[in-house]
Amino acid sequence: MDSLLSLITFLPLIGAFVLMVFLRGEDEASNLNAKRLALMTTAVTFLLSIALITGFDPQDTGFQFVEETAWLGGLTYKMGVDGISVLFVMLTTFLMPIVIGASWGVETRVKEYMIAFLVLETLMIGVFCALDLILFYFFFEAGLIPMFLIIGIWGGKERIYASFKFFLYTLLGSLLMLVAMIAMYMEAQTTDIEALLAHDFSASPIFVFGFEIAGGLQTMLWLAFFASFAVKMPMWPVHTWLPDAHVQAPTAGSVVLAAILLKMGGYGFLRFSLPMFPVASDLMANFVFTLSVIAIIYTSLVAMMQEDMKKLIAYSSVAHMGFVTMGIFAANQQGVDGAIFQMISHGFISGALFLTVGVIYDRMHTRDIDAYGGLVVRMPAFALIFMLFTMGNVGLPGTSGFVGEFLTMAGAFQANTYVAFFAATGVILSAAYALWLYRRVVFGDLIKESLKQIKDMDTREKALFAPLVVMTILLGVYPALVLDAIGPSVTALLNNYELALGDVQTRLAEN
Amino acid sequence: METIILFAPLVGALICGFGWKFIGERGATVTATALLFLAAALSWIIFLTHDGAESQTTELFRWVDSGSMSVSWGIRLDTLTAVMLVVVNTVSALVHLYSMGYMAHDENWKDGESYKPRFFAYLSFFTFAMLMLVTSDNLLQMFFGWEGVGVASYLLIGFYYRKPSANAAAMKAFIVNRVGDFGFALGIFALFFLIDSIEFDVIFAAGSELAATSISFLWMEVNAAELIAILLFIGAMGKSAQLFLHTWLPDAMEGPTPVSALIHAATMVTAGVFLVCRMSPIMEYAPVALGIVTVVGASTAFFAATVGLVQNDIKRVIAYSTCSQLGYMFAAAGVGFYQAAMFHLFTHAAFKAMLFLGAGSVIHAMHHEQDMRNYGGLRTKVPVTFWAMMIGTLAITGVGIPLSYDLFGLPIGFAGFVSKDAIIEGVFAGHSTYAFGMLVVAALFTSFYSWRLMFMTFYGTPRGDMHAHKHAHESPRNMTAPLMVLAVGAVLAGMVYYNAFVGKSAEKFFGPSVYIAGLEAHGEAKAEDHEGADDGSHGAEAADAHGDEAAHHGDSGVVLHDYHYVPTWVKLSPFVAMLLGFVTAWYFYIRAPDTPRRLAEANPGLYQFLLNKWYFDELYDFVFVRGAKALGRFLWKKGDGATIDGGINGLALGIIPFLTRMAGKAQSGYVFHYAFAMFLGLAALLTWMLIGGAG
Repeated sequence: MDSLLSLITFLPLIGAFVLMVFLRGEDEASNLNAKRLALMTTAVTFLLSIALITGFDPQDTGFQFVEETAWLGGLTYKMGVDGISVLFVMLTTFLMPIVIGASWGVETRVKEYMIAFLVLETLMIGVFCALDLILFYFFFEAGLIPMFLIIGIWGGKERIYASFKFFLYTLLGSLLMLVAMIAMYMEAQTTDIEALLAHDFSASPIFVFGFEIAGGLQTMLWLAFFASFAVKMPMWPVHTWLPDAHVQAPTAGSVVLAAILLKMGGYGFLRFSLPMFPVASDLMANFVFTLSVIAIIYTSLVAMMQEDMKKLIAYSSVAHMGFVTMGIFAANQQGVDGAIFQMISHGFISGALFLTVGVIYDRMHTRDIDAYGGLVVRMPAFALIFMLFTMGNVGLPGTSGFVGEFLTMAGAFQANTYVAFFAATGVILSAAYALWLYRRVVFGDLIKESLKQIKDMDTREKALFAPLVVMTILLGVYPALVLDAIGPSVTALLNNYELALGDVQTRLAEN
Repeated sequence: METIILFAPLVGALICGFGWKFIGERGATVTATALLFLAAALSWIIFLTHDGAESQTTELFRWVDSGSMSVSWGIRLDTLTAVMLVVVNTVSALVHLYSMGYMAHDENWKDGESYKPRFFAYLSFFTFAMLMLVTSDNLLQMFFGWEGVGVASYLLIGFYYRKPSANAAAMKAFIVNRVGDFGFALGIFALFFLIDSIEFDVIFAAGSELAATSISFLWMEVNAAELIAILLFIGAMGKSAQLFLHTWLPDAMEGPTPVSALIHAATMVTAGVFLVCRMSPIMEYAPVALGIVTVVGASTAFFAATVGLVQNDIKRVIAYSTCSQLGYMFAAAGVGFYQAAMFHLFTHAAFKAMLFLGAGSVIHAMHHEQDMRNYGGLRTKVPVTFWAMMIGTLAITGVGIPLSYDLFGLPIGFAGFVSKDAIIEGVFAGHSTYAFGMLVVAALFTSFYSWRLMFMTFYGTPRGDMHAHKHAHESPRNMTAPLMVLAVGAVLAGMVYYNAFVGKSAEKFFGPSVYIAGLEAHGEAKAEDHEGADDGSHGAEAADAHGDEAAHHGDSGVVLHDYHYVPTWVKLSPFVAMLLGFVTAWYFYIRAPDTPRRLAEANPGLYQFLLNKWYFDELYDFVFVRGAKALGRFLWKKGDGATIDGGINGLALGIIPFLTRMAGKAQSGYVFHYAFAMFLGLAALLTWMLIGGAG
């Protein structure tokens, strides 16, 4: 199928359109129809994406399933996937049916809610498939709008503050990225990402107000992209929007935010920063390492002291993303493999953790850790599932959480032993905050009056977790499923990276 | 066959965890126990038929494959593995059986609460993880087992989840172990960085190369072999509760007693010793690291024994005793006497598991009373348990016929006598005077606290709750049977396996699984100087013969041969220490029971210091727990709150008025504004490009 990627990308949008145009009424029946239609759309999208992964050839390190057509105003619509992006598409399509299933209890403005999520799915898949700069920018930025709406309309009490904060952070990054994209077009005369990847961006030092900037244009562009991706990741110190956004977002919103939206920053680093600006990436590696290590230690310590479950998990996400940035800029096979693996794995684990919070939030309407305790007495199935994902979060070998952390640290050790040393302390700290949370919520005797009648998970809830449980363990025991798919593309990326660095060094030596 | 051994416990765990609803509690627990007995039987077959010269590897399937890192799930079978298989599966099978009696009626649970299948699922899962650890043929799978046993231990310590103290102890165990794992993981990274592999076969071949390499780690330029050995040893310290990372082990006694016997005495805590022995081909090239291993081991043996002197909780006494005995094993490994370390691991598993199970039987009889001050005179109430404990005590204190090796060519005595004396003689032959001194003193203390336990529990008059004493009764058959089996081990394990582990056939028995740098060279040296009682000359010649590589670790490689030639007073010293300890305990607790109280009153400072375990917990709590919490709160409130958000909000204050004017009154105005800004940006970009493209 020539247009498989477009079909996968836009099918949810078509579903949203159908909902918008054909579904009328606010009664229970039409609400249920809206949910069913959304579930069906996302499920079909997932089935289609299976055709994508089965047709994907990992050994081919170029872009596959490429589609290219002229678009309005002389622009090009170009889509395609390679080993770096294809699994993010899979992650998205895999999680969306679960996200819709987790929203079964929504009662207000159901139709609009489902439309928002379907549009969001299209935009998220688009980010990972776009092979044109403008198209990428469009998907990347537009994706925030449905997320704003989800937080702003279906969110908690402080939703306006949260979306405002999110907005402020993101705006600055986006504007800088836009400027950088214009500069890139000026230099390369193309917006085709494939062509840009092959383009040799100037790295000769330039002078601004008398200061020499090493790496020149590359550094400037790198910094502009960094501003945008670092916020998305989020990296310390621009992470404070995340806990607030998570706390205010509805459960399904949190799942999407943590599992998929956070991966856009990491994907951006891999698609743009590392391959297009290798000299700058090399120059800035220590800077990124520093921020990553601070993120790992700082946010782990902060996570430990949280009183709100969602905030705790949000902070732990920041720490886990620290491993990702560390792995990417270690710029070796283990580091980058590990970073991608960590992002995929974090998608399942953090998504599942937010779902577990959702399970008890639906029952008790509070996320206060102190409001719970002793849940294991009445909710053994919940306790078991929560334990599994807590262990995944802690990076226990045998769960997918381990492989990513291990590989990124093994990669970082080759680049810089300080980084690996301090990152490894995160392994201790994550055990501290995750087990302490588990202890306060699940263990102990059930003595709080309010919890005496709490019910264990029902079949729908268990069914939502089942695929996540399977993936977490499967990828922990047999990570080759992911590593085989990404390996060759990562190798190719790193070869080009080394080559580019080598070129520059020879040129510098000649001058 | 080894595949069946490995996966039988996993199947048992899954059946108990998920299948018990279909086949009933009893069906599930019996199945799990039967599977463990099967695994144990097969392990013995492997152990008895295994030829030490070989090491074979069965690859199961791929695991982590990233660039040059390629790791598979596999089963490596050599002598070290075979020994561990027997230890793990035998003790585990017996503990499963014992638990059927011990856990039958647990008062911590309410009616209708099903806890037995969960307990057995954890036990079997633990066994599986432990087997993964010992059968691994690479460091990563070992790390999997390493953390897997950590989780099982966490779940079992916190098994009584209603008790806050149990939950706290479980967390502490996991986190302190993670500190060790931190070192272990860094060791793996360093190895991979240096030799591009973490497979044992590659690692073992790289020892001399690593010793000749230096690596910059943090601010230091260090020898690669030393760095790796030390990092891995930090991992071992965590798991084996060595000094500074020992604090979790006594607290781990919150778990049910069978757990203490299996995990916190016989198997999991010995994983660190196993790691050091497994890594002997690297350790042998790291003399400084080995020195540290000896010092830490000997210090732990001494430290834990001093604390054990004054504890009143029966399980804590045995826990400190375990900690101390593990120190012995490390001290032996540190002087290159890995065989003795493994030997003591083997015998210790038998008698320490039995002591714990015996203690469990006493606790069971006394309605979960654990304070020895409330025991007394129990020997007639629980005779089988008493005799089992007696044998265990004779074994751990090291009762035997001194100098019997010189007279009969075989040491005659209880298991602990044979293996512990080998260690003490070994460290002397290995020229570690510090370790020798510490271990002999520790032997005296061991004897004292062990007999103190016996006297307080089984002798004298009943103390405490008379109701409990009145109803005290012997445990059921399924609890006493494992005791008897282990008692046989505690008596015979030392004598039967002496030759294999540390005697004449040791080299053949261990084959290549334990690497000794100076061994071959020593063989020649010994031929020339056969009767040489002066071990110094051995060392010198061995070192000369082996050249520079082996020179720096003196004669630590030849302890296996030298330890027979230590002076007679050295051989007698542990026996004398044992006697002294016994006599003191007898005087303190039988002859003049008033003595301990008077002594404690005369030296309140010392007594409190020991009773409070040298104040390690208080210190750690103050520095690490409270420190981390305070820092976390500070970073949250001041860092995220005041500085970052404060800055952003300050920025926002300037922008908000502007924005509100722009956005109007729409409720989600910012959202639309954002969309507007984005499309404005896109439009600007498009316009610019169209113009630029035209021009």
